[in-house]
Amino acid sequence: MSYTNEQVAHLVEGTLDWETTFRMLSMPKDTSRFAQYLDALQAKVTFTDKIVLPLGPHLYIVQKADTKKWVTQCDCGHVFADYRENWKLHAAVYVRDTEEAMVEVYPKLMAPDTQWQVYREYYCPTCGAMHDVEAPTPWYPVVHDFEPDIEAFYRDWVNLPVPERA
Amino acid sequence: MNTMHSNKTMGGSGFADLLGNGQTLKQYRDAIIARTKDTGYYNGLEKLELRDSDPIGYEKLFSKLRGGVVHARETAKKIAASPIVEQEGELCFTLYNAAGDCVLTSTGIIIHVGTMGAAIKYMIENDWERNPGINPGDMFTTNDCAIGNVHPCDIATIVPIFWEGRLIGWVGGVTHVIDTGAVTPGSMSTGQVQRFGDGYMITCRKTGINDEPLRDWLHESQRSVRTPKYWILDERTRIAGCHMIRDLVEEVIRADGIEAYEKFIFEVIEEGRRGLMNRIKAMTLPGKYRKVSFVDVPYKHPDVQVSSAFAKLDSIMHSPCEMTIRNDGSWKLDFEGASRWGWHTFNAHQVAFTSGIWVMMCQTLVPTQRINDGAFFATDFRLPKGTWCNPDDRRTGHAYAWHFLVSGWAALWRGLGQAYFSRGYLEEVNAGNANTSNWLQGGGINQDGEIHAVNSFEASSCGTGACAVKDGLNHAAAIWNPEGDMGDIEIWEMAEPLLYLGRNVKTNSGGYGKYRGGCGFETLRMVWNAQDWTMFFMGNGFMNSDWGMMGGYPSATGYRFEAHKTGLKERIAIGDSLPLGGDFDPTHPDYERHLDATARVKRDKQCITTEDCYDNYDLYLNYLRGGPGFGDPIDRDPKAVEADLNQKFLLPEYARKVYGAVFTQDDDGKFVVDLDKTKARRAEIRKERLARAVPTRQWMKEERERIVNKHAATQVKHMFATSFGLSEKFTKEFKDFWSLPADWTLTEEELDVPTYGSKHRMDLSLLPDVKTVVQVEE
Repeated sequence: MSYTNEQVAHLVEGTLDWETTFRMLSMPKDTSRFAQYLDALQAKVTFTDKIVLPLGPHLYIVQKADTKKWVTQCDCGHVFADYRENWKLHAAVYVRDTEEAMVEVYPKLMAPDTQWQVYREYYCPTCGAMHDVEAPTPWYPVVHDFEPDIEAFYRDWVNLPVPERA
Repeated sequence: MNTMHSNKTMGGSGFADLLGNGQTLKQYRDAIIARTKDTGYYNGLEKLELRDSDPIGYEKLFSKLRGGVVHARETAKKIAASPIVEQEGELCFTLYNAAGDCVLTSTGIIIHVGTMGAAIKYMIENDWERNPGINPGDMFTTNDCAIGNVHPCDIATIVPIFWEGRLIGWVGGVTHVIDTGAVTPGSMSTGQVQRFGDGYMITCRKTGINDEPLRDWLHESQRSVRTPKYWILDERTRIAGCHMIRDLVEEVIRADGIEAYEKFIFEVIEEGRRGLMNRIKAMTLPGKYRKVSFVDVPYKHPDVQVSSAFAKLDSIMHSPCEMTIRNDGSWKLDFEGASRWGWHTFNAHQVAFTSGIWVMMCQTLVPTQRINDGAFFATDFRLPKGTWCNPDDRRTGHAYAWHFLVSGWAALWRGLGQAYFSRGYLEEVNAGNANTSNWLQGGGINQDGEIHAVNSFEASSCGTGACAVKDGLNHAAAIWNPEGDMGDIEIWEMAEPLLYLGRNVKTNSGGYGKYRGGCGFETLRMVWNAQDWTMFFMGNGFMNSDWGMMGGYPSATGYRFEAHKTGLKERIAIGDSLPLGGDFDPTHPDYERHLDATARVKRDKQCITTEDCYDNYDLYLNYLRGGPGFGDPIDRDPKAVEADLNQKFLLPEYARKVYGAVFTQDDDGKFVVDLDKTKARRAEIRKERLARAVPTRQWMKEERERIVNKHAATQVKHMFATSFGLSEKFTKEFKDFWSLPADWTLTEEELDVPTYGSKHRMDLSLLPDVKTVVQVEE
């Protein structure tokens, strides 16, 4: 099973026809997807750095074109930190920890009580894209969501050359 | 072959030799465990001889058995009268080998792959073969939550399968009954805080011989619950299904031979183990994923009337999950740091937790027919002893373990969703699940003049989480029930003395995002023709249990609406206006405009209550939650926002505030979004975000001060104190993250709330002559 680059690009855009999407869901996975996915994303972004691993709709681990360092980067080009660090610690955060702030996003009875739970919105400090919304109790440490083993993934799982890393 | 057989066992002493090989069942099971551990392959099966030598025969065996098990479920469920079973499909049948490891299972609530297996293993470990004996034609009934059941209302019938006088396996069938005779009605009730109020509890009891239920069992069990008619038919459903499957196994053996059958029932488990690892390698990527979930347990409120003063406190359940996917495709799920069990009915046995994962995974990672214990053998679980998901006290209540099981697993959805996203399988991403509540429960004298209990399974159809390429489905499914069906109004009205005054999509309930979570729905019920009637609420209100994903918001939380002394009888008589349809905007309530001014209305976030009195013409809003969203809401297609507005899925105020939509409404009430103005408004929103935000590390300094000064609500501090009490690792990580002084501590004792259970506990394993079965790292 495989799909065309155009189909994968449509998937990324959210414009793929349902019939193909359904086939993607119901059939065994296409092994070439990751490489096609990277190509589709690379064609979309405005930066020249090589995408190593997508983390979110606007968030990537990239290889910087000049230094070959791997960093976590917004699609506006803003660099958060080394890819092994928790990018949220380098973001801008807005914490909805009052009733007034919470009713901006949900009607009073349909929002959490901030004595129990808060919303932490993590934005790109440059472009204001919202990359994540945490919904923990007060006091909860900022969650380091994901530490991928990228080398093993490229080398052993998808048989692709591991991008150079300085 | 299996019926009217002479007793093989002594019923009191001696060795039954059920396997015909000189081994006890325990010796047999221990040897399987040892071979699995030594080789890394289930039962040492490095080679799958039958599958490799006769692949077509192997597949035919699989198809015959699996097809027969599914057929048995579909046929047997027609015997049941309970809408929970007959409408919602809350039943499943599972085939086991003699060691109690699952070979294959039917469709349905397949969490019971492991729960019934745990019961069989309990019988094996505790020498059931000697006493009470295991014979052809026997039936065993169990619902004991201390040995692996999810909650007491899942009643299992387990039947041994013999061939030529030799035990070759087991078949189990489970149905979710309407009532278990707990302190309060409804089967997943909240009024009790310990096992001793959880209802009728049966521990692998021999309840039938020669294929016939014993009369003492029938008499005792039927008067131990509030709804005997449903109970009787549920039991007949289970027995019929088990016997159909036993007949099927005999038929297969006659056709294919016992040797092939016995090879198959082990090889298919090893194949299941390899299958999961292959799927993990095919769909995810190696690494560590960390997620966390919470849910509120607001028991301090006066509408939670429990019998024990030590249960009267607000608390929070905490489920941190570190998911490690290894390079070989195996994985470990570690819940270090989870909060302690509590005095409520939301605790879960380790098997409920581990087995329940497969009811989820069959909907994402392993959407195949080959669900069996193989997946368990490919997974390392770590559930620290003493936590809510592995209690260390034999008193714990479990009636609504699902209150947090669903949420506890949310971490896995989000972790897998991250993996799918990063790998490009966007079609598989699911931001999470709804907190599948409210649960409308209660009882009294129904419209037929009988003692009755209700447990509305409308919660089988909550909103689903958003995907990375499309919105979640509205009022579609519950994660614990892959078949998802809200049931027909007409059937519910027959089963419950509650008329429908509305059944509508719940506006604004789906989590916002580029792709929004599916909306839930709400039904307005009016008590009618009941006597001495009670109801209560069960769901999340002060907190959300599932987060949004990658910039998406969680769904809306729950709230409660109930009304008494409504005056509706008179209003109906004179043709006055009535509260009908949905509670469209709870900020500007409309129902109250159609009730007597003297009506007593409760509108608040207290979504757990205990049995309260309801008269005829009183109202109850059953609001089923939505799913979480995916991606930044200001990336949402403006036309999709417009469609949501026009379908009343979204309140205009939040289309503006959250989505940045700029729109007009024409004379017909139709909304039209202005694309250019919306684009401009969204650019402003980005600027507004940055204007109100601060660098994370700056905010952390302020938050650290609050922690140092112990400034937080008691329930938050209580949650951390119970997690600290169980985990030095979690405590160290917490203190390291916030750079807290070495002498900073937080204990339950300093919180001025009841602390029963914090120090003094007694595990079931400490009872004389009891050997518990441990299947996780503790």
